[in-house]
Amino acid sequence: MTLRLEGISRSVAGVAHLRDVSLSLPRGMPNVLLGPTLSGKTSLMRLMAGLDRPDSGRILLDGKDVTGVPARRRSVAMVYQQFVNYPTLTLYENIASPLRVAGVKGAEIDRRVREAAALLRLEPLLERLPPQVSGGQQQRTAIARALVRRADLVLLDEPLANLDYKLREELREELPRLFADSGAILVYATTEPTEALLLGGQVVALWEGAVAQVGPSAEVYRAPRTLAAARVFSDPPMNELAIACRDGALLLPDGRRLSVGGRLASLPAGDHRLGFRAETLRFAAPAAGTLCFAGTVAVTEITGSESFVHVDVDVGAAAPARWVSLLPGVQELEPGQPVSLAVDPAAIFVFDAAGAIAGAPCRAAA
Amino acid sequence: MARRITLGLYLLFLALPLYWLINMSFKTNEEITGALTLWPRNPTTANFVRIFTDPSWYMGYVNSLEYVVLNTVISISLALPAAYAFSRYRFLGDKHLFFWLLSNRMAPPAVFALPFFNLYSAVGLFDTPWAVALAHCLFNVPLAVWILEGFMSGVPREIDETAQLDGYSFPRFFFRIFLPLIGNGVGVAAFFCFMFSWVELLLARTLTTVDAKPIAAIMTRTVSAAGMDWGLLAAAGVLTLIPGALVIWFVRNQIAKGFALGRV
Repeated sequence: MTLRLEGISRSVAGVAHLRDVSLSLPRGMPNVLLGPTLSGKTSLMRLMAGLDRPDSGRILLDGKDVTGVPARRRSVAMVYQQFVNYPTLTLYENIASPLRVAGVKGAEIDRRVREAAALLRLEPLLERLPPQVSGGQQQRTAIARALVRRADLVLLDEPLANLDYKLREELREELPRLFADSGAILVYATTEPTEALLLGGQVVALWEGAVAQVGPSAEVYRAPRTLAAARVFSDPPMNELAIACRDGALLLPDGRRLSVGGRLASLPAGDHRLGFRAETLRFAAPAAGTLCFAGTVAVTEITGSESFVHVDVDVGAAAPARWVSLLPGVQELEPGQPVSLAVDPAAIFVFDAAGAIAGAPCRAAA
Repeated sequence: MARRITLGLYLLFLALPLYWLINMSFKTNEEITGALTLWPRNPTTANFVRIFTDPSWYMGYVNSLEYVVLNTVISISLALPAAYAFSRYRFLGDKHLFFWLLSNRMAPPAVFALPFFNLYSAVGLFDTPWAVALAHCLFNVPLAVWILEGFMSGVPREIDETAQLDGYSFPRFFFRIFLPLIGNGVGVAAFFCFMFSWVELLLARTLTTVDAKPIAAIMTRTVSAAGMDWGLLAAAGVLTLIPGALVIWFVRNQIAKGFALGRV
């Protein structure tokens, strides 16, 4: 069972929300739509659900065209980022609601509702109304409702975004397992690269309404094929550096020469963009064989086991670039403090002027 | 202390006309027109007995209630789908249409008395409860649409969509899920329709003669050659207050919540 999208486009009031999206979403593993806000994740899910219609393109479920089939006649369950339940029905009736509409027998409804409630630990709350329970419990109710109906397609639109940290960790582990047994095609939208990696499965990196890359999540993370995919799949944001390659030398915008040999020296002539993740940007004294920069500390974010150091780096452009370095432990750095940074050339992604990958880091370094 | 006195005076002035009306309704005409008495010296229920035994009197209440209830039902059932459309869909000129509906409330009833009179006479609706009930829709439907639209827009669209995905047909969704969510709004809208229709005199009197004459019109009959029947008039006035008070009592919770949530 697969959901296939063929050449889907949709614009609202002249603004393109989706641009020529073609995808194949198999069952049996989470399909993660990964992208920043406004990248088209929700637009895409609404089309899959049948709540909106594409301007062009087709949606096929198991080879059957369902493009024009209204949502109420499809077998789709959806969980929103906001906790959406029927406020005037008890949690029990909320979960039972799709079964009641489908005309399932009373005893069967009761069995399935209690089963789902047990899985999501809602049993003691079934007689309460949604406004009387916590946000996490409301969201678990919405998930239970999506679970009981055994839909062919389950759409989870940032279901954990509004939950507290602990609940997220718990539910993130449970969600794929809960739906794996139902045999549904599971689509999960998130803005967080970490979440996509933890869920595993297939990742669809979305950038400005277009698909940047599709593939197993670890592979897309390790080997993005475009600059957009690399940007989508980096948290903190990927550090970027514009360079020009002339006569076998790397030049910064202001004409300064970068002394680096090896892989980077053999780039074809032209404009390039280098990308490297925060964990590959280290504090180190200038040394041969590395890319070295001088900068000043802007902000330090300490998470406990690691520190994110935001640094303003002179890259030869009019304004300094704001890069992020991920360092282990607690780093106490004063804003304004000058630092020296180095990147291992082996860990650098090289993209050409059009944003396609021109050189991936060596596997060993990644 | 000063605050108590202020509040006491406020309540006194508020309650005085009401007390005086009730006071008068239990007096005889002689006592009313005679010396000033703060309470009935010879309390009598004759005025009320007269109203409850004379069909030409009590039918006034029946007629009034009939068109008021009819009007409330018509207004709410027309306003519900209209308000849903205004709240959920965008269509050509929706904002202008919404404002135009509202502007209907600004027109004085007297403007419409003549066209309604002529129209209803022609189609045989004249002097029926339907005549008044339909005429009052002119003011109450826009009001109800306006109130209900506010409440409906407070319900997230995602609830509509979740119901679609759950497989609800539209009517089932509307009555089982949506209507209970805006219950307070329906209560508030019904209350206002009821009250506007109940106190409106001009159209109600113009569009009826004998069979559907409302109580307000009948009350003007107490002027006769023998003078004004003050006691009877006061008793009729007291009875006129009762339906409004009852409606307020029943929807008091909705109104308390409704005023906080809705647009009114």
